Amino acid sequence: MSRITYVLSDGSERHVEAATGMSVMDAARRADIPGIEAECGGACSCATCHVIVDPAWIDRVGQPDDMEGDLLDGSAAGRSPTSRLSCQIQVTPELDGLVVTVPPQ
Amino acid sequence: MRHGTVIIGAAQAGVQIAASLRDKGYDEPITLIGAESHPPYQRPPLSKTFLTGDPDPASLHLRGPQFYANNRIELVTGTTVTTIDRASRQAVTANGRRFAFDDLALTTGTTARPLAIPGAGPDIAQLRSLDDAWALRPRLAAAGHVAIIGGGFIGLEVAAVAAGLGKAVTVIEAQTRLLARTVAPPVSAFLLAAHGRRGVDIRLGTTVERIEGPTLVLADGGRIAADLIVAGIGALPRTDLAAGLGLDCAAGIPVDDRAQTLLDGVLAAGDCTVHGAIRLESVQNAIDQGKAAAATIMGRDEPNRAVPWFWSDQGKLKLQVAGLSAGYDRCCMRGDPEEEAFSVLYYAGPRLIAVDSINRPADHLAARRLIAAGAAVPPEEAVRADVPLKTWIPASPL
Repeated sequence: MSRITYVLSDGSERHVEAATGMSVMDAARRADIPGIEAECGGACSCATCHVIVDPAWIDRVGQPDDMEGDLLDGSAAGRSPTSRLSCQIQVTPELDGLVVTVPPQ
Repeated sequence: MRHGTVIIGAAQAGVQIAASLRDKGYDEPITLIGAESHPPYQRPPLSKTFLTGDPDPASLHLRGPQFYANNRIELVTGTTVTTIDRASRQAVTANGRRFAFDDLALTTGTTARPLAIPGAGPDIAQLRSLDDAWALRPRLAAAGHVAIIGGGFIGLEVAAVAAGLGKAVTVIEAQTRLLARTVAPPVSAFLLAAHGRRGVDIRLGTTVERIEGPTLVLADGGRIAADLIVAGIGALPRTDLAAGLGLDCAAGIPVDDRAQTLLDGVLAAGDCTVHGAIRLESVQNAIDQGKAAAATIMGRDEPNRAVPWFWSDQGKLKLQVAGLSAGYDRCCMRGDPEEEAFSVLYYAGPRLIAVDSINRPADHLAARRLIAAGAAVPPEEAVRADVPLKTWIPASPL
């Protein structure tokens, strides 16, 4: 299990224990994190699971591929330098402690 | 005593109504009744990623395990409501259990259109539910030649999965082009070629006349021997409860843009509904109608004016549809079908009404905003694929 911290749009934090292999979106949905709507359910199709990765973690998380980057460019909140779609981030033991911010809708 | 809202159908639309009611501050009881034994789950992956690999069914669940209790939503699974007693305002199950309501929401979804072909037996796979997908997985893994009756979204998605597994795949489609009701001829032609490149044999303009053991006999005389037959010939709205209330449900349960039926206190949302002459089967429609239904129950006027959108992942082909192209009088293309990355823009007069995108998700997201805003998108400029479509999104008023 890896601990993931979601910083919500009101500034509060939620800590979630996520199993290896699920996505950061799955972990959020199972914990009912508000603001991660994930309308397409993880198909990299809707950009409603957008998160901003804490810059200290972006090297371990990695950069989006072209398709994901295109979706982030069109996301409602606008793209930040460390934006990712949380459905495309797989939880691994190396991500224990990961911090992501949920952008305002 | 207030009985609150009873929602019949525990999938995307039903869960959305329950969640939106609580989001909006609804304080009365909510009962969400589903016929299946599983907690509410998402269906789109069933015909895609869920068919291969080692997926966890829990990854399909729409909400986490604590969501229902935390939000005081009584989730009743494995329970089929058979009649509505409108006089006493109760939903009644087959074994006589009664659920009293003040407001009733029907989110009953669809059922697979039955295959009426001589020789068609129970071994022909269909794909609507998690149990269907779970049963199909090992059969697909073991199959050598897969025949798919119907070249719609589910048929093409399953075809792509099967071809990706190295199976011989034949698709039989009655129309003379693929997805004829949804996309324009250039997109149909592209899909035919792209699936063909991946080894899928698509037979257009013919039907299955009969099935003789493992062999499909086609109306054009062709014979296809397959060890797995999958039928994906569309879905029918489940309307029996609504029809029992006296509603005319020839094309679905009729609703307005507030998810209101013709009966006071009876709402409907999702794939089972028809609005105007249009019945949409999509996650987006379930979500947006669900939100509108919750608002209506709370006496708020929040009509659903969302631009319809939809996606279909067919192997490496990501098809995304924004808007409804029916009634277009011209279309233009940006990008390159040869590179499997392009969009088709549909216009009615000067107005952009829909965009189909293949592997161009930025076009899709921009299109949804352009259509919603009624933006002017000059086709002669929009065909330049290097200019982002979002260029034409009007600036928000400050």
